[in-house]
Amino acid sequence: MRDRVLIFAGLSLFLALVTYPVWQGLAARSSTAGPVLPATAAGQKCVAPRDVMRVAHMEMLMSWRDLKVRENQRTYTAADGTVYTIDLTATCLTQCHGPKEKFCDSCHAYAGVPAVNCWSCHTSPPAAPNPGELR
Amino acid sequence: MGPLSSAIGVVALIVLAALAGASEPGRVVLGLVIPYAALATFLAGICYRLVQWALAPVPFRIPTTCGQQKSLPWIKSARLDNPSTGLGAVGRMALEVLLFRSLFRNNQAELYERRFVFGDSKYLWLGALAFHWSLLIVLLRHLRLPVEPVPQFVLALNAVDGFFQIGAPVLYLSNLIVLGALVYLLLRRWRDPQLRYISQFSDYFAPLLLLGIAVSGMLMRYGAGADVVAVKRFAIGLATFQPVLPEGLGLLFWIHLLLVSALAACFPFSKLMHMGGVFLSPTRNLANNSRIKRHINPWNYPVKTHTYAEWEHEFHDKIKAAGIPLDEEQKNG
Amino acid sequence: MADERLKIESVPPKSDWRDPKVEFRKGTFCYSAAGKHLEALDLPNPREWQPTDADWKLPADWKQIILDGMRERLKKYRSFRLFMDICVRCGACADKCHYFLGSNDPKNMPMVRAELLRSVYRRYFTPAGKAFGSLAGGRELTEEVIKEWFYYFYQCSECRRCSVFCPFGIDTAEVTMIGRELLGLLGININWVTKPAADCFRVGNHLGIQPHAFKDSLEFAAEELEEITGIQVDLPINRKGAEVLFIMPSADYFATPHYYTLLGYMSLFHEIGLDFTYSAYASEGGNFGMFTSHEMMKRLNAKIYDEARRLGVKWILGGECGHMWRVLHQYMDTMNGPADFLEPPVSPITGTRFDNARTTRMVHISEFTADLLYHNKLKLDPRRNDRWNVTYHDSCNPARGMGLLEEPRYVLKRSCNNFFEMPANTIREQTFCCGSGSGLGTDENLEIRLRGGFPRANAVRHVHEKHGVNMLACMCAIDKATMPALMEYWVPGVEVAGVHELLGNALVMTGEKERTKDLRGEPLPQPSMAQPQPPAAEVINA
Repeated sequence: MRDRVLIFAGLSLFLALVTYPVWQGLAARSSTAGPVLPATAAGQKCVAPRDVMRVAHMEMLMSWRDLKVRENQRTYTAADGTVYTIDLTATCLTQCHGPKEKFCDSCHAYAGVPAVNCWSCHTSPPAAPNPGELR
Repeated sequence: MGPLSSAIGVVALIVLAALAGASEPGRVVLGLVIPYAALATFLAGICYRLVQWALAPVPFRIPTTCGQQKSLPWIKSARLDNPSTGLGAVGRMALEVLLFRSLFRNNQAELYERRFVFGDSKYLWLGALAFHWSLLIVLLRHLRLPVEPVPQFVLALNAVDGFFQIGAPVLYLSNLIVLGALVYLLLRRWRDPQLRYISQFSDYFAPLLLLGIAVSGMLMRYGAGADVVAVKRFAIGLATFQPVLPEGLGLLFWIHLLLVSALAACFPFSKLMHMGGVFLSPTRNLANNSRIKRHINPWNYPVKTHTYAEWEHEFHDKIKAAGIPLDEEQKNG
Repeated sequence: MADERLKIESVPPKSDWRDPKVEFRKGTFCYSAAGKHLEALDLPNPREWQPTDADWKLPADWKQIILDGMRERLKKYRSFRLFMDICVRCGACADKCHYFLGSNDPKNMPMVRAELLRSVYRRYFTPAGKAFGSLAGGRELTEEVIKEWFYYFYQCSECRRCSVFCPFGIDTAEVTMIGRELLGLLGININWVTKPAADCFRVGNHLGIQPHAFKDSLEFAAEELEEITGIQVDLPINRKGAEVLFIMPSADYFATPHYYTLLGYMSLFHEIGLDFTYSAYASEGGNFGMFTSHEMMKRLNAKIYDEARRLGVKWILGGECGHMWRVLHQYMDTMNGPADFLEPPVSPITGTRFDNARTTRMVHISEFTADLLYHNKLKLDPRRNDRWNVTYHDSCNPARGMGLLEEPRYVLKRSCNNFFEMPANTIREQTFCCGSGSGLGTDENLEIRLRGGFPRANAVRHVHEKHGVNMLACMCAIDKATMPALMEYWVPGVEVAGVHELLGNALVMTGEKERTKDLRGEPLPQPSMAQPQPPAAEVINA
């Protein structure tokens, strides 16, 4: 029966497509380790706890932009009272995390998230700050 | 019974996920045992159903013809709505599967003072098309999670879907559309008295489950947030059989995952199998060439007929008296 | 137009669709088939009973018979298995059924009609239904369910209109055919189907017209034709060696207004000098087996090829009929072929090869006539039809089981000066059934017939009022039999005719006498009146 051949071919194609992550992952020997981030500068503390930053850094950066550009407010007071200068390049990257290629991009590329518009205005610092604690 | 019990069912699943997600053993069940079991059920079930359909033969060529047949050369035939060739049938199926051709014909009969008016009614078509296509896009976008590195077409899809760059994280149009279409389809079922009359548990359960999946997914993206790196590590582990349960998988994630697992496990045993069935419908996927090419029925069997000889034998005298030629005479003469 | 019977409620009843109880109210159901007709066809469980009886005298193991029958058919028909599995109840089909539109009985919505069977399928044949019962849409098989099936599967005319709109192509005709087969296993059939089937099997046609009476009928028609045209036509019956075997539905030579269509065929065949024969053995093109079971369809259909083989004809020409053509087009070759004893049909007049019928080797008369007209082989005087403002009703089966849409229109437009289409959503593949198809055209269910025919009549009324349409042309024996009553009830002043009656009216025959009468024996329009008159309604509007 010719139509059975067609049906089973179609079914096989469907199965192949549905299991694409499986055979692709096995073939590429994908690891579950996740991206490795560079060490941050010694003695620095982030504006918010790591868990919060992982999930919500984009919202914070958006609100920083609005504070600085639209409301002319140039400092940010963290939950613990520390006051930071609002500046992605000068504060976050230069003082602490290093060039965006090694920090931002590792997770963003891993998760397939293009960094919306950051780099059409901001620049990335050329070198990493002093090595410190591995984050 | 339908709307209420299916809503209870979905809420129960959500509560279950919330409870189990709070403990380590619960997370092992939610994150490892159930997804593997659900996926296995999904794949095996679909194979089972398709094999079952494939093994049943198509004894007769019964396309529903929706346009002019191919007959005389000077009459224009409807090549797609009434195909006479295999290629035409492929075209008809493509229209059916990709654009919901038949649903596009929909009209609504309304009686005005004992007079029927058949108005165009494209909302069901639009709702169904919007729902299915955006669901497909959402599914494809999810490939960024279990696949490393993220395939180029997924990145491209993300870029198109998030074209308007509203907010951060960027708003995906497909999310809005799938949600809107689902709500429309559910409300339509709920409010149309005729549909409500026939709707059953599964008619509400499947869309409610999908709604739960969409809302929990959107909350993760636009609301409470999720640690995408953790989710991706988990997804790769699941896909490559080296399961891990990274820190940072939140409650919403467990709810989302359990609802998806439930949907996948139900899929082969529910009306959701229309996904596979639409390809096999003999009223659509066959060319209307019954008089051009003989269709074979594999179980065609001989039947008892009333032969000419029996007929002539019974009516012999009357045939003769009427002067209609008899076989008997022609043989003798 | 006020009619108490057409109180169409817009809200379905509060009751649950799972409740199988039906009330057999006079006018809505058909009488059961008498035992003797079942016996004549060797059908199981013949007995005397009526739907209104409390006890239908089902065989003791009726439940097992139904479940075994379902199991067998699920294995034999992918269509059945698939249509049981994939409906999502989207509701696109609901207001496409003429019985639902006319009765508003929610169980007449195609998805619910199928659900009556589907619920039993789920309960006994699917894992979900076995495990979860009614939660998974399952329903116990009870005697009440059997009665409900009988009621609703004999309120479906297998017209396939719902199937046009279904996103998965689910065809309720297929479900109804299987449903009726299952009921047939218990000896549950209707008399209006089984008696004609039994007569067709033994005598050769549904009306039980024996060979001598068959000849009488044709002779009577020929005499009448001679009176009208002054031309005597040949009546070849069971003639061996003819080029073409002509098959028509038996109503054409026994019922009015079919009869005038027969006069049309006779004029046409004579005028072109077709070398053909009628058959008194295969004296039925229609096939009430189709409304009984696939097996019965095959048993009744077999005689067409058998007779063609016996008579040694080259090919077969088929007259105007609806379900007859569904069987001939979609089933005959598969069931009773291959027709290797015939030749691919070629018109002896125009030389046209009918490539679309090259293996089945049977041509529809409107294909044949359209080809003649296209090649200008016929002389027509359409003014002879000027007293008619004509519209065309596509018969369900040729429209949706074949796609025969343009050929009859071509014939009509050449034969008539005044042709008007009904609204687009009611013709061609979206045509509405006459309300009496699939063996339901009997008297005892008149109410449901008139209700089912209401959407069709409604569209006719539209063109009747707008264009002064007074003639409903059609191409199906059941239409011709039942639509006069439908018109009389809903649209008085509209008559019903076959396409070849109107062709016959217009056909100028060689050597004919001066025509004063049309094929109905009614006076032809006077020359002064022969100018097309603007329809009354338009005059008023202007």
